Amino acid sequence: MSREQLDARRMLCPMPVIKTQNRVATMSAGEELEVICTDPGALSDIPAWARINGHQVIHSVQDEDEIRITVRVGA
Amino acid sequence: MTVKHKAVALISGGLDSMLAVRVLQEQGIEVEGINFYTGFCVEGHTHAIRNHDKNKQKRNNALWVAEQLGIKLHIVDVIEEYKDVLLNPKHGYGANMNPCLDCKIFMVGKAVEWIKEHHKDGFDFIITGEVIGQRPMSQRKHTMPIISEQSGADDLLLRPLCAKNLPMTKPEREGWVDREKLYDFHGRNRKPQIALAKEFGLNDFATPAGGCCFLTDKNYSDKLVDLWQARNSRDYEMDDIMLLKVGRHIRPIPEFKLIIARDAGESKFLEGYRKQFTSIYALSHSGPMALVDGELKEEHYPLAAAIVARFGQGREADEVELDITVPGQDSMQIRTSPFSAEEVPQEWYL
Ligand code: SF4
Repeated sequence: MSREQLDARRMLCPMPVIKTQNRVATMSAGEELEVICTDPGALSDIPAWARINGHQVIHSVQDEDEIRITVRVGA
Repeated sequence: MTVKHKAVALISGGLDSMLAVRVLQEQGIEVEGINFYTGFCVEGHTHAIRNHDKNKQKRNNALWVAEQLGIKLHIVDVIEEYKDVLLNPKHGYGANMNPCLDCKIFMVGKAVEWIKEHHKDGFDFIITGEVIGQRPMSQRKHTMPIISEQSGADDLLLRPLCAKNLPMTKPEREGWVDREKLYDFHGRNRKPQIALAKEFGLNDFATPAGGCCFLTDKNYSDKLVDLWQARNSRDYEMDDIMLLKVGRHIRPIPEFKLIIARDAGESKFLEGYRKQFTSIYALSHSGPMALVDGELKEEHYPLAAAIVARFGQGREADEVELDITVPGQDSMQIRTSPFSAEEVPQEWYL
């Protein structure tokens, strides 16, 4: 299963969401995308975006400076 | 079998677009949302940057609205294209730097483009939450047809909240939607919207005070105009838009202004720009990070340093040591006595 990565560090919301959306549009159902970002807004925005559009957040961690959110592309 | 019709709705995150969608959902229309990001939108940025906002809910209103409505939302980055709208609005500006009428025409036009690009998904028409007389500039009886026409949407643009006050559109004519069940809201009174929201069981919604973006904010607009004047050019980059939302902006002389962080969150944010901008911060005391926008000549180092020192813990000290770093050069240290409050006159504040 392919897994891609997206660097959205230093971008402010909603840019990380837009970048995630655009990347996911090029991927296939079941594939995973790990988004690395720094705006804590992404912690609520990316999951909200995923719920609305039928994707799934399967993992989300926040450490001191970085947030990593993994999205599984929906059908 | 009856054919199900599909509409794309411009979602700003406010109550009106939310109601417009609900009204059509009641009529069995399938709706998806589209939200355009100009860079100036009222978003959680400052929440992400400033400390004291950290505990506030950091939700994106457009996403939140879409979730409440149970619709998909497509967010489109229009930052680059929007520059021309803001810099050369055919219909001029509103009370501040908000080119609302051109902005509406642009966004509806983008929605027209979008449904063409996504023709496979079969969108039939476009809806907005516009209400006649709601906004002084863009939402007036005579501007409604201008938006329909100049955006290229023509009679495919339906405003469910005030449709009864406007000429018939194709969705009404063709019987895709029942005109009788649309509304005739007008004017600035928001009671009808609030009542309708209640009817739909919607009780938590964002009520933006001015408009949908920072351009309706006087202070923000003033800072933008100052930037253009200082640079002798009406251009901007995304970083400029962001930095106008952060910190205190102080311009002691025309050649440069200082952007001084107001808390640790902003300091951290400004630190990220030290490779692009000259930065100043106190070494001998704790204090804010400051960036210099414009040209800082060496003869002005003491002036800039004394201002920055004024906003740190060393403000009462006889002397403060500060670091000044020009990108790509060695940093240098400077000692200065901080300015008093009176030495930073009100006119310097943008
Ligand atoms: S307030 Fe801003 S986003 Fe809203 S219509 Fe006016 S210019 Fe456009």
